[in-house]
Amino acid sequence: MANGGDDGDPRLMVSGKALVKRFGGVAAVDGIDVEVRSGEAFGFLGPNGAGKSSTMRMVACVSPRSDGELRVLGMDPDKDGPRIRARIGVVPQLDNLDAELTVRQNLQVYGRYFGLSRAHVRAKAVELMAFAELSDRADDPVDPLSGGMKRRLTIARSMVNDPELMLLDEPTTGLDPQARHLLWGRLYQLKQQGVTLIITTHDMHEAEQLCDRLVVMDGGRIVAEGSPASLIARYSTREVLELRFAPGEQDGQVSRVADLAERSEALPDRLLLYTADGEATLEAAHARGLRPVSTLIRRSTLEDVFLRLTGRSLVD
Amino acid sequence: MAAALALRILPFGRYTGRPGAVVERSIRVHSRTWTLMVSGFAEPVVYLLAFQVGFGSLVGQVIGPGGQQLTYVAFVAPALLAASAMNGAIFETTYPVFFKLRYAKVYDAMLATPLGPVDIALGEISWAVIRGGVYSVAFVVVMAAMGLVGSPLAVLLLPAALLVSFAFASVGMALSTFLRSPSQFDYIRLVVMPLFLFSATFYPVSVYPESVRWLVQVSPLYHGVELMRGLAVGVLDVGMIGNVAVLAALAAVGLAATSRRIGALLLG
Ligand SMILES: Nc1ncnc2c1ncn2[C@@H]1O[C@H](COP(=O)(O)OP(=O)(O)OP(=O)(O)O)[C@@H](O)[C@H]1O
Ligand SMILES: [Mg+2]
Repeated sequence: MANGGDDGDPRLMVSGKALVKRFGGVAAVDGIDVEVRSGEAFGFLGPNGAGKSSTMRMVACVSPRSDGELRVLGMDPDKDGPRIRARIGVVPQLDNLDAELTVRQNLQVYGRYFGLSRAHVRAKAVELMAFAELSDRADDPVDPLSGGMKRRLTIARSMVNDPELMLLDEPTTGLDPQARHLLWGRLYQLKQQGVTLIITTHDMHEAEQLCDRLVVMDGGRIVAEGSPASLIARYSTREVLELRFAPGEQDGQVSRVADLAERSEALPDRLLLYTADGEATLEAAHARGLRPVSTLIRRSTLEDVFLRLTGRSLVD
Repeated sequence: MAAALALRILPFGRYTGRPGAVVERSIRVHSRTWTLMVSGFAEPVVYLLAFQVGFGSLVGQVIGPGGQQLTYVAFVAPALLAASAMNGAIFETTYPVFFKLRYAKVYDAMLATPLGPVDIALGEISWAVIRGGVYSVAFVVVMAAMGLVGSPLAVLLLPAALLVSFAFASVGMALSTFLRSPSQFDYIRLVVMPLFLFSATFYPVSVYPESVRWLVQVSPLYHGVELMRGLAVGVLDVGMIGNVAVLAALAAVGLAATSRRIGALLLG
């Protein structure tokens, strides 16, 4: 038998070229190139409607591409959907747990969809409930669980087939800080075991913590690509000076200090000045008579990169 | 091998050969609601008893297949078996399927696994057939106990009931994929009710004037009723091949339509 078309670089878990997804006439994904290598954690960032979930669904083989090339685990989703899905784990943006089943049954039944044996899924369910810290709710129905518990169960469910590649669409949305840190730890652990992770998130801190490499999408296109550190180095300054003013006093302040920084950004509640030396810039601002109610000097983060790239409240 | 072949031929991996996993889900869901199973069986039996006690004494003899004289209950019983197979199948594949498809996203979750639309359609339809089959066995046993079967051929009532279930479950599930709100189920009820009443269920088709008989014969349930009635009294007729063919065709068309719709709705 011909081997399902395994070709190209075997270390590429996902490779898309000029990938397009159209709904009606509208391109939700408008010609993107992505390559995800084996063992890496890869992130998709972007504002609402950027096309992150649409991309994830194409990779998950539940949404045929409209145009372009796509290979997942070396195979073509159009031809080998079931074989690909057998080896990946999917956490959809919205939980779709089975409300007619208990926590344990959700894991067992889902495992059976993969053709795993009853004995195997029975043991696996126990292991995954421990992972999700839901062992004490094992035989409870799913509906009364809290949002965060459901999210954890959805993530645990996606691991029932020991996937090589996991697609996590906003995995930590709705989790409390503790659960979020727990999950980051678990994802890191999976990565150590060689599992490839593809993550979308609106949490820049999360992206910075988890992702080796990421792309920023906007309007269906990729607007930047690289490691968190390289993106920060390229699209932002070393430091950021944040100035907060009393309500109503911020207007007009930008023009007084904009030339002190490489770039400035007026958010509704504060002014950001991008500069190599925050301390010096702050002094200069004071010298010009600015009297903010509070100030903060910090390092640039992905948040700053994101703000710049997606043009959110940009006053460049 | 056949599964591998099917995988290559069917576009976008529509069949993985694992409808059993879908059936297993239903079994788990219903393992605690067995009382519903009991009521599903009790209903047609109550009907039978009502006909035995009530109409039986009023109506007298009826001419059955092959010109046989039958008591009215013996005449109606096979038709009730067919009708209950239909009702059970429609019940199981309309509202519950609609809910799983539109609200609970059960099929979305399944499609993220190797399962394809054909596995889902076949699995859900099979569950309806299995459940209907349990009722049908009980019904046939009660018929026999009441002396309402006149031939060993009556054992074939069971596969016939399964075929009727399959046909209506397939069509019912296909229709459910087109509904957009729960209130639209009234349309299905609007179709099922006349089928139940006018498919030669309660009186022979010869009662109708020649000019409207074709209307009765268009009813899929009519084909189920004819088949069952012939088998119950042990009269085989070439027409039965046609009856089986009609039901099998409905099953196939319904299954194909359901699979296509699930694919179109959820694999966007
Ligand atoms: N099934 C669909 N039918 C029609 N349009 C769709 C469909 N799914 C997504 N879209 C459109 O495609 C665009 C991209 O949506 P997508 O869900 O991929 O964005 P996203 O980046 O995941 O956003 P979010 O951060 O809000 O989850 C949006 O304009 C959306 O309306
Ligand atoms: Mg999304």
